[in-house]
Amino acid sequence: MLAIGVAAAAAIALIPVGYVVVSSIQTGLPRLIELLVRPRVAELTVNTVLLVVLGVAATLVVGIGGAWLVERTSLPLRRFFAIALAAPLAIPAFVTSYGWASVAPWLGGLGGAVLIAACAYSPLVYLPAVAALRGLDPALEESARSLGLGPWRVFARVVLPQLRMAAIGGGLVVGLHLLAEYGAFAFLEFGTFTTAIMDAYRANFGGALAAALGVVLAALCLLLVIGENRLRGTSRLSRSAASRPGGRADLGRWTAPAVLALLVFLSAAVLVPLSSVLRWSLSSGLDDWASVVPAAGQTVLLSVGGALVCLLVALPVAWLAVRHRGRISGTLEGAFYVAGSFPAIIVALALVGVTLTVAPMLYQTAVTVIVAYAILFLPRLLVPLRAGLAQISPAWEESARSLGVPPWRARLRVTVPLLVPAAASGAALVALGASNELTATLLLAPIGTETVATGFWSAASALDYVSAAPYALTLIALSVPAVHLMFSEATGRA
Amino acid sequence: MPVIRTRRIAPVVGIAVAALLVGCTPGGGDDALIIYNAQHEQLTEEWTAAFTAETGIEVKLRHGGDSELANQIVQEGDASPADVFLTENSPAMALVEDAGLFAPIDEATLQRVPEQFRPSTGSWTGIAARDTVLVYNPELISEDELPASILELQDEKWQGQWGAAPGGADFQAIVSAILASEGEDATADWLVGMQRNAEIYRNNIVTMKAVNAGEVPMGIIYHYYWYRDQASTKENSGNTALHLFEPGDPGAFVSISGGGVLASSDRSDEAQQFLTWLVGEQGQTILGEGYSYEYPVATGIPARAPLPALESLGAPEIDPSTLNGPTVIDLMTEAGLL
Repeated sequence: MLAIGVAAAAAIALIPVGYVVVSSIQTGLPRLIELLVRPRVAELTVNTVLLVVLGVAATLVVGIGGAWLVERTSLPLRRFFAIALAAPLAIPAFVTSYGWASVAPWLGGLGGAVLIAACAYSPLVYLPAVAALRGLDPALEESARSLGLGPWRVFARVVLPQLRMAAIGGGLVVGLHLLAEYGAFAFLEFGTFTTAIMDAYRANFGGALAAALGVVLAALCLLLVIGENRLRGTSRLSRSAASRPGGRADLGRWTAPAVLALLVFLSAAVLVPLSSVLRWSLSSGLDDWASVVPAAGQTVLLSVGGALVCLLVALPVAWLAVRHRGRISGTLEGAFYVAGSFPAIIVALALVGVTLTVAPMLYQTAVTVIVAYAILFLPRLLVPLRAGLAQISPAWEESARSLGVPPWRARLRVTVPLLVPAAASGAALVALGASNELTATLLLAPIGTETVATGFWSAASALDYVSAAPYALTLIALSVPAVHLMFSEATGRA
Repeated sequence: MPVIRTRRIAPVVGIAVAALLVGCTPGGGDDALIIYNAQHEQLTEEWTAAFTAETGIEVKLRHGGDSELANQIVQEGDASPADVFLTENSPAMALVEDAGLFAPIDEATLQRVPEQFRPSTGSWTGIAARDTVLVYNPELISEDELPASILELQDEKWQGQWGAAPGGADFQAIVSAILASEGEDATADWLVGMQRNAEIYRNNIVTMKAVNAGEVPMGIIYHYYWYRDQASTKENSGNTALHLFEPGDPGAFVSISGGGVLASSDRSDEAQQFLTWLVGEQGQTILGEGYSYEYPVATGIPARAPLPALESLGAPEIDPSTLNGPTVIDLMTEAGLL
C-alpha cells in the first residue's frame, strides 16, 4: 500500500521526463534534427559546456582550497573565514549577477558567467569539503609531515585524494545548478540552453523549439548525473582512530598570499553584490518597499507549502528505501533523484502542458507551483532523511512494541522524534531553494502572484536597480537562517 | 490498516491543505477582471489603479511577453481565464485574432481610435503607438553616414556596426513590418544579414545602453526608451542621438499596441468598459502624460512634449491585423537569431 502511494508520487515526479520523451516524439525526428542542427544550437552547446567545465573547475579550486586553508592550516582569522566562505550561499546567483552588473556594466560573456558561477556556487563545494576534512583521519597527514613534506605537498598528495568524494559530489551539484540557472546568465547576456529555452518559451509558449532544446538540456543533466555515479565508484575511505582534530600545517611565508586570495574572492562574492544591493536600497523609497511585503508573504507560503509536501512524500520514500530495501524501493527512490536533477524550466514546461490538457482546474494555481517545488527540491530532503532513518535501529521500535505499544504509536513516539533534526534541516533547504526559485515560478504562478524572486527579476530586467534592491535584500535575509543551518551541519559533523 | 491508508493519502491531503493555505491568501475575489498584460507593468498598473478607483471594478494582472501570452491564450482556448489582453505590439494580437478568440470591440471604443491605429476587422483596437528609431552615438558615426533605410543594415559594410534585441516582441514586430512590405524571401535575406552584422542584446534598454557606452555605433529601438531616459538622468542615452529612417520605409514603422476582449470572457461587459476607458480621455492622458512616453492613439490626445507628432513620422501604411508573428519567429529561428 505504502509502495503504491510512493509509486504514484514517483509518477508525478517523472512528468518532466515523460514530457521530454513525448514532446520529442511529437516533434518528430526530422523536425528535431532541423531544429537542433543549427549554428545557434552549436553556439549554445559550446557556451553551456564551457560554462559547466570552467565553472565547476573554479568552484572546486575555491571550495576545496578554502576548506583546506580554514580547516588544516595556520591561517589567521580562521573562524571568520570559515563562516565568510559559506556566506555567498545566502546570495542567489541572479542577485550576484545584478550586483556585478551595477558596478561593472561591461561584464558579460563566458568570463563574466564563470566569475558569477565561482562567486555564487563555491560554497556548494566548500561545505562538503569542510565536512569531509573534519571527518578525515589526521594520522596520514601527520606522518606525511613527519617525513618532511611541506604544507602544499601534504595538501596535494595526502589531503586532496581523500577529498575526492566531496569534490565529485559538490561538483555535480554545481554542474546541475549551472545547467539550470536562468536569471544570472540572462542578466549577463550569456546564452545557455536554459536561457534559450526561456526565450523560445516567450516567443512561442513552449512550442517545438523549446521542447527540442529541452531534450538537449535534459540529456546534459543526465550525463552529469551518470558521470558522477561512475566517478564516485564504490570506494570508501576509512579512518583508524576515533575523532580527534587534525594538526595544522604552517603556512609560513604563504600566509599573506593565502589571506589575500581569500579576501579577493570574498570581495567578489559577497562585498560586490552586498554593497550594490545596499547602495541601491538607500535610494529606494517607501513605495519600493511596500510591494516587497506581500511578495515576501507569498514567498513564505509557497516555500513552506513546498517544504511540507516534500516532507510528506520524502518520509514514506525514505522509509521504503531504508526499511524495505529492494529493487522496487530502490527504483522508486532513484526516480525522485532523476526528477530532481531536471532543470526548473523543463519541470515548468511539462507542468504547464500536463495541467492544461489533463487537469485544467489546477492550471495557474498554487498547487502546480508547489508540485514543481516538490519535484525540484525533494532530493534535498530525501538525502538527510534517509541518512537519519538509517541511523535509527528498528530494534528500538520493536522493543517499544514488545512492551505492548501498538505499531503506529511506537513509530510516532520512538522513530519520528529521532528524525526531527534531519527532517528540519532538509525542509529548510527545500524552503531555501523554493524561495529563490525563478523560472518555474515565472511560468506557473497563479494570476496576481508575485514572489520576492519574480518581483526582483521583473524590476532588475527593466534595469530598475532601485526597485529591485529591496527584493534582493529580502531574498538575502530569507536565506540567512538556512545557510546558517547548512554551515552548522557541515562543521558540526566532526 | 488505518496507518497505511493515512500514509497513502497523506501526500494528496498535504497538497490540498497547502493549496488552500496559499490559494486563500492573495487579495481580490474571483470576480476580478483578469488582464493578460504584455504592456509595461508600470503603465498597466497606473491604468488599472485609476480604472478601479473610478469604476470599483477589481482587476488582476498576469504579466508576460507579447508572444508568450498570445500563444498561451491560444493554448488555453475557451478555458482561458483571461478577459482582456493587452500587448506592446500587434503581431501577438493578430495571432489571437486568427485563432478566432476575440469578441468584436464595442462601437464606442472604435469611434475614439482613428482607423489607421486599429485593425480593419474591428476585433481589437490600438491603445498606444511606438515609433521605430535608430539610436546612434555621434562620436562613433556621423549623421550623414547613417543608412536611409533599415534594409541597408544587411549590407556587409555594417558588420558589427549595429545592435538590436531580437529576443523580444518589440523587435519581432519590426521584422513583421519588413515581412509585410518586402515579402518572405527578402525578409529571410535581411535576417541572415542581421545575424551576421548585429550585436545581440536582451532588450531595448540594454541596446540603447550599449550604444551610449560606445560598444556599438547604432542600435534599433523604439523611440520612448530614449525620450524617457533623456527626461530623467540621461544615464543611458546622454551620448546618443536619434535618427529616423526615410518616410515609408519599413524602418519608419509605427507599431500599434493592442487591446482586445476575449470571446470566452464571462465578464465581457466590464472588459469592454475597460477598453473604452483605456482609449477614453483618462486612459489616454495617463498614457500621454505619465511615465511611459508612448504615443496616445485616441483622437484629440496630444503626445507628450518633446515628441514629434505621430502623423509626422512617415509610417508605412500596413493594416496591423495582417502583421504575422509566427512566420517571423520561424524566419528568425531559421536565421539563427532565436
